[in-house]
Amino acid sequence: MTYAAGVDVGSTQTKAVIIDEDLRIVGRALVSTGSNVTVAAESAYELALKQGNILEEQDGVGFIIGTGYGRYKVTFGDAQTTEISCHGRGAVHMFPGTRTVVDMGGQDTKAIRVSPTGEILDFVMNDKCAAGTGRFLGAAASALDLPLDQLGPTALQSSRPVKITTTCTVFADGEILSLIGKGKRVEDVLLGVHHSVVSRSIGLLSRVGIDKEVTFTGGVANNTGMVSVLNQELGFDVNVSEDSHFMGALGAALFAMDRIVAGRTPARLQEVKA
Amino acid sequence: MTITAGIDVGGAYTKVVLMDGEQIIGKAMLRTGYKPAIAAEECLVSALAAAGIARDRIEYTVATGFGRFQVAFSQLNVTELTAAAWGAHALFPQTQTILDVGGHAVKASRIDSSRQVKSFRLNEKCAAGTGAFLEKTARYMGFETDRIGALASTSAVAVPISGVCTVFAEAEVINHLSQGIAAADIMNGAIVSLVGKSIQLMKRVKMEPEVTLIGGIMRFPTMVSAIREKVAVDVNVPEGDLVQFVAALGAGALAQLQVRRLAEQGTPVTRRAEPVGASAS
Repeated sequence: MTYAAGVDVGSTQTKAVIIDEDLRIVGRALVSTGSNVTVAAESAYELALKQGNILEEQDGVGFIIGTGYGRYKVTFGDAQTTEISCHGRGAVHMFPGTRTVVDMGGQDTKAIRVSPTGEILDFVMNDKCAAGTGRFLGAAASALDLPLDQLGPTALQSSRPVKITTTCTVFADGEILSLIGKGKRVEDVLLGVHHSVVSRSIGLLSRVGIDKEVTFTGGVANNTGMVSVLNQELGFDVNVSEDSHFMGALGAALFAMDRIVAGRTPARLQEVKA
Repeated sequence: MTITAGIDVGGAYTKVVLMDGEQIIGKAMLRTGYKPAIAAEECLVSALAAAGIARDRIEYTVATGFGRFQVAFSQLNVTELTAAAWGAHALFPQTQTILDVGGHAVKASRIDSSRQVKSFRLNEKCAAGTGAFLEKTARYMGFETDRIGALASTSAVAVPISGVCTVFAEAEVINHLSQGIAAADIMNGAIVSLVGKSIQLMKRVKMEPEVTLIGGIMRFPTMVSAIREKVAVDVNVPEGDLVQFVAALGAGALAQLQVRRLAEQGTPVTRRAEPVGASAS
């Protein structure tokens, strides 16, 4: 059996995915990126191998592609591909009807329009401001002293969102605490926070055009509150998978498998064979 | 003489200035926090203690700043721009342009000789153009706000910091530190970035000399010298910590004017300097 791997080094978390020849995910791992990007990439890759019970020497990982902002720090990788291409490819693979991808990560949000074959037609991202990214939710979590995985469930206890007027992530905690100080309920404020992030991401989506189906990828897709508010604001349901967080790494692994199929053996394996 | 109070409830700090005629007789400052009404009350009490006078000696109070509507004991509320115009004019009568760099907002305004605001531009939406950018940059490197001035003043060269987003700056700062760049030079770079944004605001109000710099961030000599370098004209900077109290001073001066006006009209001044919760009748 030949395997292909994708390693997605994001600003906050590093994801690795191993797929087999049938393009099924056989191993996946997630670690914090931290300050040493190469170490994070290596440990995510090794954990994914371990999770899939794959012995690199014996089974052979034929090609490794690095993606994400830290893709050039994946020193053991054979090639690099942008995360835009990888999210598009991964999303179309998992949900073939995908025409628009919204990828929300720790520090950036991207809206990507893809062709039926997963080619990138257009994309926009928030490269200037952290509002409308996972960081805004993170700021709310730390202001309210809640773990990240409790944000969505807590917000969904509310049906009356409190309007958040602050745009800037840095000023958000001040507004949140002053709303709590005025007696607003935590769940209502949090629902308002989710609406604020969703409305900014819909702004990005509109710039590439919102074509159905929409697939939601990136770590923020794990947040049930975000999925619910996004569905509500769009007026239809977005595609989400348990592996949404790994979509970039999956796309990278799919591109890596393409290389194997095309018969392009990476230099490092040629040396071993010779 | 007539004793008045000016209170400036800013996004980061609340400031009170007590005036007897044109003299400042007491001032106080504390963090606004999340309860502006309480900060205003506590700050007034501290200023009264500093001046050594009783609360009922205050004849008139003017409030300004983003939290001015939460001040229970003021008789009049004015915008920060009006208060800054009065304060800057009191200290430097030839002032035509004011740059106010605070913790949560930056304001540039142009005023005429009668302290009327002719043009203004604000940034209070994005932390990258405000003092919060410096505060966060310091914190990313493990320094408290009060070390910013001293740290930056030891820098020989400013390291470019993009200053596009305060959140994104964290990665940039960590990157610089990991390459062995001195914290002082990074702090200096953050100040240069903030100065660049501030000067853009001043250009948009068509700056005219004299230029007066106010706001808490002007405590840092590096900030002032970087602005001096960038603008062709010389700039006025109030001495010492007064730089943070200019809007409060302006509010206090406006309160003096109000008392004189009311006296001319023969209208009795309604005293309202009671503690929060007391009846205001």
